[in-house]
Amino acid sequence: MDKLRLILDISKTHLLAKKKQTLVAALGVTFGIGMFIIMMSFMTGLNILLDGLVLNRTPHIQIYNKTTPTEYQPANKYFDEVSNINQIYSIKPKSRLDRIHNALPILSELKKNDDVLGATPQTTCKVFYLSGSNNLNGVISGIEVNEEIRLFNFNEYVVKGDVNSLIKKKNSILLGSGIAKKLSLSVGDNIQITSTNGTNFSLNIGGIYQSGLAEVDDIQSFVNLKMAQQISSAGGNYISRIHVKLKDIEKAVPFSKLIENIYDVEALDINTANAQFDTGSDIRTLISYAVSITLLIVAGFGIYNILNMFIYEKMNDIAILKATGFTGKDVMYIFILQALVIGFIGAFLGMAIGYGGSVLIDNIKFETEALPTIKTYPINYNPNFYILGFIFATVSTFLAGYLPAKKAQKIDPIDIIRGQ
Amino acid sequence: MNSILEAKNIDKYFLTPTKFHVLKDISLQVQRKEFVSIMGKSGCGKSTLLYILSTMDTSYTGDLIIDGQSMNNQSKDDLSRIRNEKIGFIFQFHYLLPEFTVLKNVMLPALKLGKEDRKTIEKNALAKLDLLGIVDQANKKASKISGGQKQRVAIARALINNPKIIMADEPTGNLDSKNSEIVFNVLRSLSDEFDMSMLVVTHDHDFAAKTDRIIEMEDGYILKDKMEEI
Repeated sequence: MDKLRLILDISKTHLLAKKKQTLVAALGVTFGIGMFIIMMSFMTGLNILLDGLVLNRTPHIQIYNKTTPTEYQPANKYFDEVSNINQIYSIKPKSRLDRIHNALPILSELKKNDDVLGATPQTTCKVFYLSGSNNLNGVISGIEVNEEIRLFNFNEYVVKGDVNSLIKKKNSILLGSGIAKKLSLSVGDNIQITSTNGTNFSLNIGGIYQSGLAEVDDIQSFVNLKMAQQISSAGGNYISRIHVKLKDIEKAVPFSKLIENIYDVEALDINTANAQFDTGSDIRTLISYAVSITLLIVAGFGIYNILNMFIYEKMNDIAILKATGFTGKDVMYIFILQALVIGFIGAFLGMAIGYGGSVLIDNIKFETEALPTIKTYPINYNPNFYILGFIFATVSTFLAGYLPAKKAQKIDPIDIIRGQ
Repeated sequence: MNSILEAKNIDKYFLTPTKFHVLKDISLQVQRKEFVSIMGKSGCGKSTLLYILSTMDTSYTGDLIIDGQSMNNQSKDDLSRIRNEKIGFIFQFHYLLPEFTVLKNVMLPALKLGKEDRKTIEKNALAKLDLLGIVDQANKKASKISGGQKQRVAIARALINNPKIIMADEPTGNLDSKNSEIVFNVLRSLSDEFDMSMLVVTHDHDFAAKTDRIIEMEDGYILKDKMEEI
């Protein structure tokens, strides 16, 4: 304990005698750690934001009917392939209904499942939007508004008007922003639509829907589920899609397989639907780590240089300490301690600067049409980055200090004294 | 047996630039309270001998016994401890730590030894400085005092652990005659009053003439080892 205090005392005197150099060395670490924290906070903030956009708004599993050719052709059943050569030309898919068979029992089964947070039905129908002599083709989806809001933050997409207008009025519509712009319509106006079987409906615009994707906003609108079924001239069991949100997103893949096995439907899980997204996040994280580690290594070399210089300047001191009974190890500890002190100072300053920089970025305005809920740049204040930065700083300064200190340990006092 | 330091048949070679026999079969003893000076021309090996006797240089053959303990098979750390405890050092170029205060410079070897607490060490250090008449400089930085004062601080530092023997390499080498006088008188009185042995390498004939015994060296041999009448 006393020994440590003595070594600390000597290190302190050395560092204080060279305040400028100490500070420069510490600032190297500060810069590295500060940038590391800012970059990681910003990058992961962005990742979380983008993940959130996808994860919160996208169903974990989408259930629908898919039109595909029958995999096993009836001809092969009757004339087995081993003894016959069956050649069927121009295979056409079997005509299937858009709606999911037995949708309502499936829906209630899903809702009862323990893994499922919620499931919502949708009815999609193709329509023409009419306004004067213009008619645009598009798609209207009938939804259960409350469930969509609860599970998929649907309200975040409605940029004007009231999302609940769908519940209040049966013939209310949330019009895609692209359509509204093209037809110069706004909240409160009426819009005529024609269904594929030629029926006309007059709907009242209760709000404007904007997803941020122009190709979606140009065709997609939402109405109440009942209204959509009416437009399709179908009954209350006409449901073309079911969106499922699970309690644990990791189960999306096995659960979608399970659904496909039990029911005669297609089930698309979020991982398959957004595979490229995960890759993007991973690579962004990787790049930020690579850049940060590079910064820290550069800072480490700075410390190494400065400590090396310290030791050249302190040759005499080292000789005296050794001649008066300090061991090589004592001398090594003195210099390692100096490196660590520089590391600590640098790390604490770096954490402060990292935090300050993060707060600054957090307050910079960032408004984009694509992300209506975002007002400023996203920052993730994760304490782990601060801890990690601190560990990085300590380890890298230790390593940078270790080599010169090892050299100091080996210095032969006689060489110095004789050299005078 | 009353010898503090005993060297037997010490041989040393310099290997670079070419093999060179610096010390040839050196044997000597220093008794308690004895004030010994080593004289000789530059390059005769007297400083090299002192570094060996002080345990700092370990590449030699022969036996070295300090205070009845053989130095031959000691580890570097053990030698450091022995140096710390039993040997006081004074160099030609004073060798203080320039960034530390005078007091701290004196205290450091004792703090390293760690036998007493900080307060006691500080008190002792001040006493030693007082003994050398420079207690008023105690809180100045070592780089801020004069050459003669520095040498006295170095002596105070050599004394702090009450060593058995003080070794000095040209302690008056770059001091004027007045300061040389002071340094000699201090060493003399320490030897008399505190039972310390002194082993001083010097060029200074006047200085050597006042010591108990002069060892003259030439070309790695001990030429003359004469006891003066006490």
